Amino acid sequence: MLKDITLGQFFPGTTIVHRLDPRIKLLLTLAYITALFLAQGVVAYALMFVVVLTCLTLSKIGPKAVFRGLKPIFIIILITVVLNIFFVHGETVLLEYRFIVITREGLYNAGFMASRLIMLIVGTFLLTYTTSPIALTDGLEQMLNPLKKIKLPIHELAMMMSIALRFIPTLIEETDKIISAQRARGADFESGSLIKRAKAIIPLIIPLFISAFRRADELATAMESRCYHGGEGRTRMKVLKAQGRDFVALLLGAGLIVVIVYLR
Amino acid sequence: MNSIIKTEKLEFSYFGADDSEPKVVLQGLDLEVEKGTFVAILGHNGSGKSTPAKHFNSILLPLGGKVFVCGRDTSDEDLILEIRRRVGMVFQNPDNQIVATVVEEDVAFAPENLGYPSDEIRRRVDEALKVVGMYAFREHAPHLLSGGQKQRVAIAGVLAMEPECVVFDEPTAMLDPRGRESVVEVIRNLRDDLGVTVVLITHHMDEAIFADRIVVMSDGAIIMDGTPREVFVNETILRQAGLDVPETTALIHELRNDGFDLPLDALTVDECAQAIYNEFK
Repeated sequence: MLKDITLGQFFPGTTIVHRLDPRIKLLLTLAYITALFLAQGVVAYALMFVVVLTCLTLSKIGPKAVFRGLKPIFIIILITVVLNIFFVHGETVLLEYRFIVITREGLYNAGFMASRLIMLIVGTFLLTYTTSPIALTDGLEQMLNPLKKIKLPIHELAMMMSIALRFIPTLIEETDKIISAQRARGADFESGSLIKRAKAIIPLIIPLFISAFRRADELATAMESRCYHGGEGRTRMKVLKAQGRDFVALLLGAGLIVVIVYLR
Repeated sequence: MNSIIKTEKLEFSYFGADDSEPKVVLQGLDLEVEKGTFVAILGHNGSGKSTPAKHFNSILLPLGGKVFVCGRDTSDEDLILEIRRRVGMVFQNPDNQIVATVVEEDVAFAPENLGYPSDEIRRRVDEALKVVGMYAFREHAPHLLSGGQKQRVAIAGVLAMEPECVVFDEPTAMLDPRGRESVVEVIRNLRDDLGVTVVLITHHMDEAIFADRIVVMSDGAIIMDGTPREVFVNETILRQAGLDVPETTALIHELRNDGFDLPLDALTVDECAQAIYNEFK
């Protein structure tokens, strides 16, 4: 049952969006978010919409995946829309019924806020849908590399992240095994009050923790045996190298911000 | 002789968490492994057979005595990478040795640590994966592989350092029979095809019959040392050490007890079958 969890929800592919340098994609996502918050007016929003749509088409992500990504924030969007419609009061009153007042400005605001939220989410999961977690970690590590000069442990953080990613499926599998083992001995995880169910988790968590510590110990030994001695003097097999298309993409991102600012 | 690993009066004890008496595991072990050989170390659980192995690449340091790898003292901090690069180690649980989320990235881990240029790493990774027969899986996620496949990836990860010696610490203990077979075959090929010195720690007799030399340990001491033929003849000593003999040897012993004249040194299945055929034809 736990196997259904997809982490980072990465969809492997070979499109141009998939093949972009992860560092460039991170930068582009930042540029995109900046542009989204700078955008004002119908034309700017329409432009942003075209940009998102183009990226989605290029990366071959279907509408199904888009809706699945938006599902968790559907309630937030709904609340934003309702709040804006009923509580933003402008000059042009469209409808008045006792204490309910709906104005044209309220409707506008609701529309803008909702599309901003939707585009924000779609833009960010475009990054995680098209970039493998390991590529993201690599990209982050290399982008943050200059911070090593001020003694921030960038390599260690990246290594921790990639080991965490590596062990998530292993630990999920193990949890499944422990659940089955405890069930076979009569444990009940699904009925009873909330407190009772929380207590039922304890015989699940303790063996999981013990095994995780044992794994950590063995992994550390295995890593040391393979000459791991921190980030110092370490090289990589796959060196990230920005190519022509990456620079083009970066230029387009910068261009987008310029146009959006001009439209203000 | 030209030894790659040499222990001199190696002593070691494990200390408990509290002040309880330390558990003495090794009391003055002398062991030498000759370059280019396949040595199996046998012993039942708690016989101290894994402890010396962890001294062979400076994971544990001797509490008494010395350990030398290619003439280098393992207790010298400055030589630690030199030693670990020469003596690779494969452990029991393949899951807990794999670091990365992609097979080839994992195999690249050791050469990356050693700071080789990227095309050299690429060459080593491809070669190591081909040796263990996992090249076709180089872009797979390790957690989706079978136990035997994962263990072969772990072996490739060690081979990418191009070590002179690989120590296997019960590499098949957690595998199903098919996975075990594939791993044993890789281990045998290491010595035969690549000339890598192999030290195999195991309690499976059927894996030890392929070795050039078998060292039997009990209570932290060597009780027998010789070729498989010499060692497996002594069934009683093996049983006292809590070990079995290979199935083939057991069968021949049974038949001898029933009065058939069979040679005791027919170890492999083929040899055993031939010996029985000769006797009964």
